[in-house]
Amino acid sequence: MRIFDPHIHMTSRTTDDYTAMYEAGVRALVEPSFWLGQPRTSPGSFYDYFDSLLGWEPFRAAQHGIAHHCTIALNPKEAGDARCVPVLDELPRYLVKDGVVAVGEIGYDSMTPAEDTALAAQLQLAADHGLPALVHTPHRDKAAGLRRTLDVLRESVLPPERVLLDHLNEATVDEAAASGCWLGFSIYPDTKMDEQRMVRLLRLHGTQRVLVNSAADWGRSDPLKTRAVGDAMLDAGFTDDEVDQVLWRNPVAFYGQSGRLEPDLSEASAAPPTYEGNSILRGGE
Amino acid sequence: MVNSPVPEPSSGVPRPSARPGAPGPSAEAPATGPSRAEVPATPADIEAQLAGSLDGKSSSWLREALAEAERAPGEAAWELYFASAGRHCGRTAAGDVRVLLLHAAGAGTATLSRLYRQGTAAERAAVLRALPYLPTGATPEALPLVEDALRANDTTLVAAAVGPYAGVHLDPHGWRHAVLKCLFAGVPLDAVAGLSRRARGDAELARMLGDFAHERTAAGRHVPADLNRALRLTGHHPEGRPYAAGTTGATEATGTTEATGTTDAAEATDSADAPVHPPEEF
Repeated sequence: MRIFDPHIHMTSRTTDDYTAMYEAGVRALVEPSFWLGQPRTSPGSFYDYFDSLLGWEPFRAAQHGIAHHCTIALNPKEAGDARCVPVLDELPRYLVKDGVVAVGEIGYDSMTPAEDTALAAQLQLAADHGLPALVHTPHRDKAAGLRRTLDVLRESVLPPERVLLDHLNEATVDEAAASGCWLGFSIYPDTKMDEQRMVRLLRLHGTQRVLVNSAADWGRSDPLKTRAVGDAMLDAGFTDDEVDQVLWRNPVAFYGQSGRLEPDLSEASAAPPTYEGNSILRGGE
Repeated sequence: MVNSPVPEPSSGVPRPSARPGAPGPSAEAPATGPSRAEVPATPADIEAQLAGSLDGKSSSWLREALAEAERAPGEAAWELYFASAGRHCGRTAAGDVRVLLLHAAGAGTATLSRLYRQGTAAERAAVLRALPYLPTGATPEALPLVEDALRANDTTLVAAAVGPYAGVHLDPHGWRHAVLKCLFAGVPLDAVAGLSRRARGDAELARMLGDFAHERTAAGRHVPADLNRALRLTGHHPEGRPYAAGTTGATEATGTTEATGTTDAAEATDSADAPVHPPEEF
C-alpha cells in the first residue's frame, strides 16, 4: 500500500515516526505551515520555520525514504495577531520555491475581520503564484465557519478545483462536496474523525476528490492513521485501487496542480555521490 | 602548519568522476595528487554536461533563463528562474542550473548572501558551489556563508561548504573542523577540495583524527574508512598504522588489520556495512 499523507506536521515528530511511517507505506507527504502551540511573537520566527520546511525537514524525510513538500501561509490561529501580520508581505518570496505545493493552511479560527483579510489576501496570492490552496476549516462553530469560508472562496479568483477544504466531518461534508472543492479528512485518535467513521463517509460519498490525512502534530495524534484508514477500507470491501485512489492518486492530483510535486524520490537518489541529492547519504563510494 | 589562502585558478567544483564499483581506495589519488573534488570544471563544462540530460523543454527554459540573467542581472526577474529551477529542469539538474545562473548574472557578494539567506537548502548549496566561478570567490567575503553551512546538519550543505572556496579561504582551525565534521556526518572526503594539499604535514589535523579514532574504538564503534585516508595524507600517524575500519570490539586495531592484508580490505568492509542512514551525530 503506497501512502501520501497530504497533511502532517513532521517538525513535531520524531525519527521513530519517520521509520514507522515508511514501514507502513508512506512514501510522500505534505507539511502545511501552521502554529506551534506556543504563539509566535515576531515575523522572524515564521521565516526560520518556513526555512526549516524548505531545508532541514525535507532532508530529514529523505533520510527515511520519504518525499517532503510543504505549504506556506500565515496560519489562521495567528492571522489575528498584529505582531504576525507583516508575514503576509514576505510570503511571495516563499511561494516561488520549488518545494512549495500550495498556499496553506489558511482559513478561519475565530472568524474575525483580521482573519477575513488574511484569507482573502492569501487566496489571491495562491492565484498569483499558480498554486492551489489548503483551507483549514475551524474546529469551533465548524458549520458556520465552513459557510463563511465558502462565501470568501466564491468571491476569490481561485476556482474550487484548486481548493482543498480540510478537517471536514459528517456535519460539513455535504455542503463542502457541493462546492466542488476537494475534501480533506483528518483522522485523529479521539477527535476530528476516526477510521471507521471515515469508511462510512467514503461509502456515502465515494472516493472521488477525497483526501485522508493524519494531521499529526505536537498534540495527541497518530502519524499512522492514513494506513489505518487504508486497512479499514480493505476490511470494509473497498478495492486496492480505491484505496490507492484515496491514499495516493487524489493527493498527487490535488498538489500536482502546482506543477512542483515530485512524489518519487528515485530521481534524487540517482544523483551523483558528491552532489546534492540524498545518494551522498549512503556513506560514500 | 599554516596554509596560506592562495587562490587557485585551476580549482573547480566537485565533479562526479568516479562511480560506485570503480576501483577502491587502492586506486585513489596518491597523497601528492589532487582529490576528486579538485577536478577542474568551467561553467562551459557544466553547461555541456547538462545539455545531455535536459529534454527540449527544459533546455529552452534554461536558454531563456541564462539570457535573462545576462541581460538584466540587476533586476529580480532572473531570481525567479533561480528559485524555480527544480520544477523546470528536475531536482537533480537544478544544482548545476543554479550555478550557471549565478555565473551568468555575475552575482556579487551582496546578492549571493541574500540568495543564500533566503534560500532553500538546494539554493544555498548552489550558492556555495558557484563561488569558485565568481569574483567573490577570490575574496574571503563569502566565508560567513560557508561557516553557516558548516553549522548545518544537512549533509548536502556540509558537502557543498567544503568545496574549492573553503579549500582556499577557510582558516586552518575552521578547515580541520570541517574535515572532522565530514567524518562525523558521513560526508565522503571526496567532497573536500584541497584535501591532499591542506592535510599534508598538518600534525594538528593528525592529532584530531587520532583522538577521534580512539574515541570511536573505545566505544566499540566503527572508525570511518575515510579517516585513515586523511591520516595518511597528513604524513603523521600517531599509531604508525591504520585504524581498523569496522572495528566492533572495545579495543584498538590489532593484528587483524595486518592479517587481512591491507587497509583496503578493511575499508571495503566498512563500505559494505555502511548504514542506509548516516550517523545522526554532529
